[in-house]
Amino acid sequence: MLNKTLAELAKGLDQGEFSSVELTQAYLERIKREDSKYNSFITVTEELALTQATAADETRAAGNATSMTGLPIAHKDIFCTQGVRTSAGSKMLDNFVSPYDATVIRQFNAAGAVTLGKTNMDEFAMGSSNESSFYGPSRNPWNTDHVPGGSSGGSAAAIAAGLAPAATGTDTGGSIRQPAAFCNLTGLKPTYGRVSRYGMIAYASSLDQGGPMAQTAEDAAMMMNVMAGLDPLDSTSADRQVPDYTAKLDAPLTGLKIGLPKEFLSANLNPEMATLIHAAVKEYEALGATVTEVSLPNTALSVPAYYIIAPAEASSNLSRFDGVRYGYRCEDPKNLEDMYKRTRGEGFGTEVKRRIMVGTYALSEGFYDAYYKKAQQIRRLIQEDFVRVLSEVDVIMGPTTPTPAFKLGEKTSDPVEMYMEDIFTLSLNLAGLPGMSIPCGMNNGLPVGLQIIGNYFAEEKLLNVAHKFQQATDWHTLKPAGL
Amino acid sequence: MEWETVIGLEIHAQLATNTKIFSGASTAFGAEPNTQACAVDLALPGTLPVFNESALRMAVMFGTAIDAEIGKVSVFDRKNYFYPDLPKGYQTSQLFYPIVGEGHIDIELEDGTTKRIGVTRAHLEEDAGKSLHEEFTSQTGIDLNRAGTPLLEIVSEPDMRSAEEAVAYVKKIHALVTNLGICDGNMAEGSFRCDCNVSVRYKGEELGNRTETKNINSFRFIEKAIKGEVIRQIDILEDGGRITQETRLYDADKDETRSMRSKEEANDYRYFPCPDLLPIVIDDEYIDTIRKALPELPDVRRSRFVDTYQLSAYDAGVLSSYKPLSDFFETVTTVSADAKLSANWVMGELSKHLNQHDTDIKNSPVSALQLGGLLQRIKDNTISGNIAKKVFEAMWNEGGSADEIIEAKGLKQVTDTGAIEKIVDEVIANNQKQVDQYTAAEPDKRGKMIGFFMGQVMKASGGKANPGQVQGLMKQKLDALC
Repeated sequence: MLNKTLAELAKGLDQGEFSSVELTQAYLERIKREDSKYNSFITVTEELALTQATAADETRAAGNATSMTGLPIAHKDIFCTQGVRTSAGSKMLDNFVSPYDATVIRQFNAAGAVTLGKTNMDEFAMGSSNESSFYGPSRNPWNTDHVPGGSSGGSAAAIAAGLAPAATGTDTGGSIRQPAAFCNLTGLKPTYGRVSRYGMIAYASSLDQGGPMAQTAEDAAMMMNVMAGLDPLDSTSADRQVPDYTAKLDAPLTGLKIGLPKEFLSANLNPEMATLIHAAVKEYEALGATVTEVSLPNTALSVPAYYIIAPAEASSNLSRFDGVRYGYRCEDPKNLEDMYKRTRGEGFGTEVKRRIMVGTYALSEGFYDAYYKKAQQIRRLIQEDFVRVLSEVDVIMGPTTPTPAFKLGEKTSDPVEMYMEDIFTLSLNLAGLPGMSIPCGMNNGLPVGLQIIGNYFAEEKLLNVAHKFQQATDWHTLKPAGL
Repeated sequence: MEWETVIGLEIHAQLATNTKIFSGASTAFGAEPNTQACAVDLALPGTLPVFNESALRMAVMFGTAIDAEIGKVSVFDRKNYFYPDLPKGYQTSQLFYPIVGEGHIDIELEDGTTKRIGVTRAHLEEDAGKSLHEEFTSQTGIDLNRAGTPLLEIVSEPDMRSAEEAVAYVKKIHALVTNLGICDGNMAEGSFRCDCNVSVRYKGEELGNRTETKNINSFRFIEKAIKGEVIRQIDILEDGGRITQETRLYDADKDETRSMRSKEEANDYRYFPCPDLLPIVIDDEYIDTIRKALPELPDVRRSRFVDTYQLSAYDAGVLSSYKPLSDFFETVTTVSADAKLSANWVMGELSKHLNQHDTDIKNSPVSALQLGGLLQRIKDNTISGNIAKKVFEAMWNEGGSADEIIEAKGLKQVTDTGAIEKIVDEVIANNQKQVDQYTAAEPDKRGKMIGFFMGQVMKASGGKANPGQVQGLMKQKLDALC
């Protein structure tokens, strides 16, 4: 019963092939047996999972099952989960047991889903490789010398290794799409505001967005039906009708207008990756789509703009980790200042400290206009690029990443090189647009992701475009050797 | 050359919302520490603010009342600094686009003229928690009940030229916010507090360096702190020194200000727009609806008290300065049908008791209806003014209506002419010496001498005889002996 999609598992549960308890136990056993290779979980919530699975089986027996009832999934350890350690991958929160559920967790619980555990991540979601986690890096099941991507690397590794059929992730600059690409998964970053951020530990508030990571677009659609919607606890969540994301998955793509930004397919792109992207686009043409070249001239500016705005917000968001009320506190502080300095000096890792310092600098008196304000202006330009292009085409396609998964340690010595990893994904977060990554081929034994970008709140369209591709191809069904 | 004082004030008024500005926790004062702090107030990871619309309505009420420009789009910013009672490590405030723009308020000066004081702006922000240093040895307790209480920070122009003007301004703002019902005005509990920016200069010259004295919480301390600071600054300047731009604290016990931090040590607050909150967008209709529903403002009420009740300007000023007091007075007047008598009792006997027991009019054990009932009995001659004080004392201590107390204690005034006549006759019979003096005196001196006989009758009647009747009868009987 393992190695199935959520949709297949839902069918199995429905037809009584297995119970949620059996399914959950099978995953828990596999996690126990296999996860030392991938380090994809920070916390396995065995007891909680079995309680939820038992309840789900009872709900089903009573005839009250939803499409999610009894399905085990994993949650990125950035979503606060009541009674469970919620670490955000940081020593700072290693001892933090959340007294409340994030809205996303509450929604999945209400739908009857089963929580297998909390997945590994870059510390406070700051990273593109999962190497900044306090709990050690997670590894890519396609090749454990390689990173699974980040920051939702634990979620990606867990799904790719068959330790969870699906998982939640968050995406501030590519943290759902890039690990999905690296691990041959389907990941969706929804429109900013589509999924509640309440209880999702903030990295950069104006960019953070939770979303699904799954094996198929259909599974991602099932998860979106649970996750999306207005939340009165999140002022930035969108007051907008939530469609049934599974309803139009099969709609024909005849007449679909695809834009290919020349900036995404420039000479800098690995030629083998470019070939795979072009092949995928050809496949879409065969499905009835038309393709035009478009231009997003400010793409190159997205990296510097992002690396001002995100650290600026982070420098403020992470001020609450001061050792006063919860989380890590240094031993025997001499006085208040000593407590602040050592708590934060010892509790945060290198990358987090780097971004706090960058952000603090960017907001400082005398530098605000030159950095933060300027970055916001660039952000508007980037947004305008997308709005213009998306008035001419239905979706924009390109690579999710410049290269397939790199090796552990390969980019840790040069932060800027690591930041350039996100060149194709960052701009969407700056614009607030939805985007997906779906498998579109293999390069030297490592998966390659096709990024699909849509207009605001066009998740339904994106899922349809992704699903039709997955009906026509089988890249997404490929599994790492041995699985 | 003559020194001139320049004063600008920042007033923090806690808005009287039921719940906090960004969470659903209660704002009630005086609860056990940390019992009114929810996940948002504790700044637990992942929590987000949701703006409380009633704070907006109250800020707009204030803005319309001071004739200010209202920000159609106002934005919350984060003011970043570390302090243990600031849970998020930033205060959510409004720097760039405040809800209330430029406005003004008029104060009355001692010479009877009025002076217009400019209000630069007023913005919404959240209060911090409290650090408790006294209760713990080598540790500090943090109480986050107050964290997230909505504040309206009202910033004045540097328009005031003396401590007296400053106090008049603060009192005027206090009267306004309490009349609007947007702040309970309780200075002892910190609901209304004031930062004073003070500088001195030779008249006509450029502004001098200023100091800011923080968190002063009584009208008297504001006056004392400013006066002390002015003297301190003049002393330094006359000795050839310079004023350091700094933040100072007022120590009420020592009646002096002392340095808290200098400008060099000041925080760089790294303000930026709060990404967790949307800009507040309001339209003319929203503002007009609030403007039309504004309660009577203190200045208007004061004029009405003079016009309608023929109160003196002073009495009207006192009685219109604090809404609960104004409302109390008007209820007493309605019941007693005598405004002057009501004003005297509210400002006299009642205020005296409130002060002695250190309590507020809102917590007065004697209600306006009770007091009004008491005054009715003075008016209809059931009791005298002196007896009324006894009844009031009983009301204050034991409760009950005037009629119940008068009945229970047998304080009803004696108006039965036969009974009074009997006492008068007794007094005349028992005081032959004074009667002789009376009859021997020149007629125009007799008026004063009658007081002695009055006193004897009142004493004999236990104060219950109607003084008017006694006087008439006594004069008639004594004069008959002459």
